[in-house]
Amino acid sequence: MKRYSVFSLARNAVNYHKDWGRAWRSPEPKPAYDAVIVGAGGHGLATAYYLAKEHKLTNIAVIEKGWLGGGNTGRNTTIIRSNYLQDASIAIYELARSLYEDLSQELNYNVMFSPRGLLMLCQTEHELRAMKRTSHANRLAGLDCRMISPAEVKQLVPIINDDPGARYPILGAYYQPRGGTARHDAVAWGYARGADSMGVDIIQNCEVTGIRRDGGKVSGIETSKGFIATPKIGVVVAGHTSLIMQMAGVNMPIESVCLQALVSEPIKPVIDVVVMANTVHGYMSQSDKGELVIGGGADPYNNYSQRGSFLALEHTITALVETFPIISRLRMLRQWGGIVDMTGDRSPIISKTDLEGLYVNCGWGTGGFKTIPGSGFVFADTMANDRPHPIAEPFGLNRFIEGRLIDESVAAAVAH
Amino acid sequence: MLVINCPVCGIEGEEGDFHYGGQAHIRRPATTDPDNISDAEQRDYLFIRHNPMGLHFERWRCDRGCGKWFHAARDTMSMEFKAYYPITELPRLEVMKAAAGPWTGFFKDKIAALEVKPGGRRKR
Repeated sequence: MKRYSVFSLARNAVNYHKDWGRAWRSPEPKPAYDAVIVGAGGHGLATAYYLAKEHKLTNIAVIEKGWLGGGNTGRNTTIIRSNYLQDASIAIYELARSLYEDLSQELNYNVMFSPRGLLMLCQTEHELRAMKRTSHANRLAGLDCRMISPAEVKQLVPIINDDPGARYPILGAYYQPRGGTARHDAVAWGYARGADSMGVDIIQNCEVTGIRRDGGKVSGIETSKGFIATPKIGVVVAGHTSLIMQMAGVNMPIESVCLQALVSEPIKPVIDVVVMANTVHGYMSQSDKGELVIGGGADPYNNYSQRGSFLALEHTITALVETFPIISRLRMLRQWGGIVDMTGDRSPIISKTDLEGLYVNCGWGTGGFKTIPGSGFVFADTMANDRPHPIAEPFGLNRFIEGRLIDESVAAAVAH
Repeated sequence: MLVINCPVCGIEGEEGDFHYGGQAHIRRPATTDPDNISDAEQRDYLFIRHNPMGLHFERWRCDRGCGKWFHAARDTMSMEFKAYYPITELPRLEVMKAAAGPWTGFFKDKIAALEVKPGGRRKR
C-alpha cells in the first residue's frame, strides 16, 4: 500500500495525477480461507480489518453481492453519537465513537470525522425528562454531555424556530459536544484499503447462495463464484440477515424495513451542528458540500425494495419545516432508501450461533453507521477467539431466550 | 405509497389509513398448552420472524375505516398485494401455494387439506 501524505499528493500533482494506484485489488476467490466475512459494508470491512490487524488473520476474504459500501454504509445520514441509555449500549457506542476520533490517522485515509456537536431537542415535558435521565446515565458512564437551555439551543442553532407558542416548543436539548458526522463512503473505502493492504481479499459481485455444513459446524460457503471452504463465517449483511442465516437453518429475530433519507440543493453554511428532533421525527445536518442531509422515521412495514413511501418523507419534511422554517422553499436533490434490520429491543446482535463457526453481527437497525469501528473491533475479537468480546457479550442471541433485552427503543434517534 | 383494500368493510385507502401489524398467523403457545412451553418456543413466539424477501403474510388494521384487523398477502420486493382475507381465515389456495421459504412449512398441511383427492372427493 502506498501511503497517502502531503508528499505523495505533491508528487502526483506534478505528474498530473496519472500515477495514483488502485486503493484495493479485485482478486478472484481462493478455494479456501481461514475465515470469510459475508458483506462488504462498513461493519464487514471493519471486521476484516481488525481480524487482520489485531488477530493476524490475513488469509481471509470479504465477499459482497454488489459493490463495497453500496448498501446502508452509503445510504445513511452519517451521524455519530453515543448517547444511549443502557450501560451495555453506552459501552459499545462510545467505543465506536472514540475509535472514530483518530480513524483517519489509523487508516491513513481521511474519513472527514467532524465532531461538530450533536443536539437532541426536547419538545415535550416527557421528552425533557427522558433526555435528562439519559444525560445523567451518560455522565455516570463518563460521557461528555450535558443538558442545555432553549437560549443556548438558539445560540448553537440560529435557524431554529424558538417560538414558545409552537405546537412542539423547544424546552431544552441534550448536547453531546463530541458527536458529529463523518464521510460514510470514506469509512468503507478506508477500511477496505487497510484490510486489502494486509492481504485480505475483497471479492465484489459475488453472491452467497448457500452455507455448507458438516455436522454441527460450517465447512464452507457456496457463492456465485464457486465454493469456498472455510471454518469460520461472519455474516454482516444488515437487512438481508434473515435470508443468509436461513441458508444455515438459523431463524433470526429480525424484521427488515426501509429507512429513507434525502439531501437538499447545496446552500451556504446555515447549521454547524447535528440536530435531532425525535418527537416530530426528523434530523438534519449540513454536509461540507452545503447540502442539508435529512433523515426521519422508518416505514412501518417489511420491505426489501430499497424504495420507501412518500408518507414517511412527508412526515419528516413537515416536522423539519416546522422546526427550521428557513428550509421551507429549499428543493430536495436526491432521496433514497436503505433496508435496515430491526430487532425487538432495537439493540444489535453480535453473537456466536448454535452452528460452530457461524457468527452473526446484525440488528443495528437505523443506527449502524456510528458503530462501524466498534462493531468491527469486537466482532473480529469474537470471531478470532470463538467467544464473545466482553463488550459484545450482552448482545448475544441468547438474550432473546433469557428475556434479557437491552431496551433502546425509547432512547433511539427517533421513536420507532 | 401502498393502496390497500379492507376485506371487512370494503374501503380502499392509502397506507396512512391503515396500521401495520407485522407477521400474520402467529400462535401464542401458552394459549394451547400453558404448562409445557419451552423458553425457545416463547422466544420464537415473541421475537423470531420469517422476514421473507417476496411473498409475506401479514396483519393490517383498518384504522380510518371499520377499525378491524385483517390479513394480507404482500410481496416485500414489488409491494404488490396478492390477497386480503379476514383475520380468522386463510388466503386462496393459489396464494398459499405461492408461499416460499420460511412460509412453506406453515401452509403445507393446509394446502393438503384443501387439495382434491384422486377420487374427486375432498379430504376430510
